[in-house]
Amino acid sequence: MNCTSKEEEIYTPIPYSLEIPTLFADKLIAPVIPANNPLTVEGVALGKKLFFDKKLSGDETQSCASCHNPQKAFTDNQQFSDGIDGFSGTRNTMPLFNLAWNFDERFAWDGKEFSLENQALEPVTNPLEMHANWTVIAVKLQQHAEYPTLFLQAFGTSKIDSALVTKAIAQFERTLISGTSKFDQYLRGEAALTPEEENGFNVFMDEAKGDCFHCHGSNNNPIWSDNKFHNNGLDATFTDLGFGAVTGDPSDNGKFKSPSIRNLAFTAPYMHDGRFTTLEEVINHYSEGLQPSSTIDPLMKKVDQGGVALSTQDKADLKAFLLSLSDFEFINNPAFQE
Amino acid sequence: MFLFNACNDDENTEQKATVTIKFTHNWDGTPVTSSDFNAFKFTNANGEIVSIERLRYLVSNITLGTEITKSYNLVNVGGNTNLEITSENIPTGTHELNFIFGLKDVDNIDGVYLDLNSVSFNVPAMLGGGYHYMQFDGKYKDTNSQDANFNYHTIKAVDRTDPTNLIFQDTSFEVHLGAIEITDNTTIEIKMNIAEWFKNPNTWNLNELNSVLMPNFEAQKMMSANGTAVFSLGEVN
Repeated sequence: MNCTSKEEEIYTPIPYSLEIPTLFADKLIAPVIPANNPLTVEGVALGKKLFFDKKLSGDETQSCASCHNPQKAFTDNQQFSDGIDGFSGTRNTMPLFNLAWNFDERFAWDGKEFSLENQALEPVTNPLEMHANWTVIAVKLQQHAEYPTLFLQAFGTSKIDSALVTKAIAQFERTLISGTSKFDQYLRGEAALTPEEENGFNVFMDEAKGDCFHCHGSNNNPIWSDNKFHNNGLDATFTDLGFGAVTGDPSDNGKFKSPSIRNLAFTAPYMHDGRFTTLEEVINHYSEGLQPSSTIDPLMKKVDQGGVALSTQDKADLKAFLLSLSDFEFINNPAFQE
Repeated sequence: MFLFNACNDDENTEQKATVTIKFTHNWDGTPVTSSDFNAFKFTNANGEIVSIERLRYLVSNITLGTEITKSYNLVNVGGNTNLEITSENIPTGTHELNFIFGLKDVDNIDGVYLDLNSVSFNVPAMLGGGYHYMQFDGKYKDTNSQDANFNYHTIKAVDRTDPTNLIFQDTSFEVHLGAIEITDNTTIEIKMNIAEWFKNPNTWNLNELNSVLMPNFEAQKMMSANGTAVFSLGEVN
């Protein structure tokens, strides 16, 4: 016997078994689960409760879910989200799914956050977002009728702090897996593509046409992102340095994370600054809107001509393929709703 | 798929050593590391000024004598990963150091290497699938002195002249670096002269061959030919 309470001694959280899609298991290395934050049933449930709890904002009007709506693949369809004080941020809200397969663990558009746990710290205190104080939040949660017990069950201690709050949220976020789109069903031999979707996939994979696969994955990388940072030719000069502001390396200026192309039907507007409201605009950008700059990624083709000049049919088919990666089961998954 | 050959008749009596193989890179003798990337500081054999921005390549069947030290290794120069591989229990003695640049067809099986899938090193099925051998991206100064992109990507060559009858050619190649005496724990340097990719036997004109080289059958054969002089043995100590 030691000096801890009897309750703390006897509760052992139940390991949570991540439901990894067959395609992911067959094609990808294991997801990133930190040794110091293994998934447990209690930890995931606590993380979900915290994710939807407005107590995490300064005036208790916003939760994580206020900007990360499950029905919108955890975005909010705003170009920039408003924080509790009515101020807008400067980056588009990123969707949340398949985060455990970000093997480099650099999160956010500019990669400034290393690990999901660290990522969850920042929005809570950001004056443009939830504008709260972690010490105050810890006190609020500590005084709550349920949270001390839930933390005890999840982490073996009822003493709440920011590290445990973000560990719980990260656990929940790692369960947000999207792998049941029509294209996933096609790859499993359970659905057929339309001719338009099939041609669109070929445009995506053809180095002479879309050449999207070098950055956005493929049938062999069903995350559909390399989770790396690229300058995709949005601007000739930069008002937002992106990855370059994080690394301090001018050769990284204007680079932003490649987002997954899953669930684009739910995540408009697009790009780090939400400048494109439709997928047509996105495709037109790569087709004829590229802007040269010193850091534009070499994978951007025919920059001097504005891009690869896709035909009208190829553009429409590419859009059809992209939409085949819409995962309705994911956005309607009851386990992810409030 | 790879089969490991670890036969050793004198397993109980032979001296064993730890061998580290180190991949280094240079441009005609000038060392190149990731810190040299993203700058127009190299000139190729055709006189074009080049900036290296991404360089990843696959070597496989890395053998010392009959010992396979590693089935494959994706060297990422820009990312500073897999620049060294270490093998223990290599018998002392004199061994030939050989490897394959890329993957032989028999090993170049679509989608089976999860670590390579996870870093998006695949080749589209329309080009035969499997994996890149090398992804070498950067910029060069074109004939108007403007920045232009290049993607020197090497894969198994495919002739798609007749879409109903694709013709493939295995453009991976063997590299033989000669006999090396392993007496104790040993570090072996394998040097890549990046400039050679543009030099011999085909003087590479980036103004003509800069991108969309993956489906270019002739370009793939030319790149493979140029690759044979790229690697050499460096220091052994």
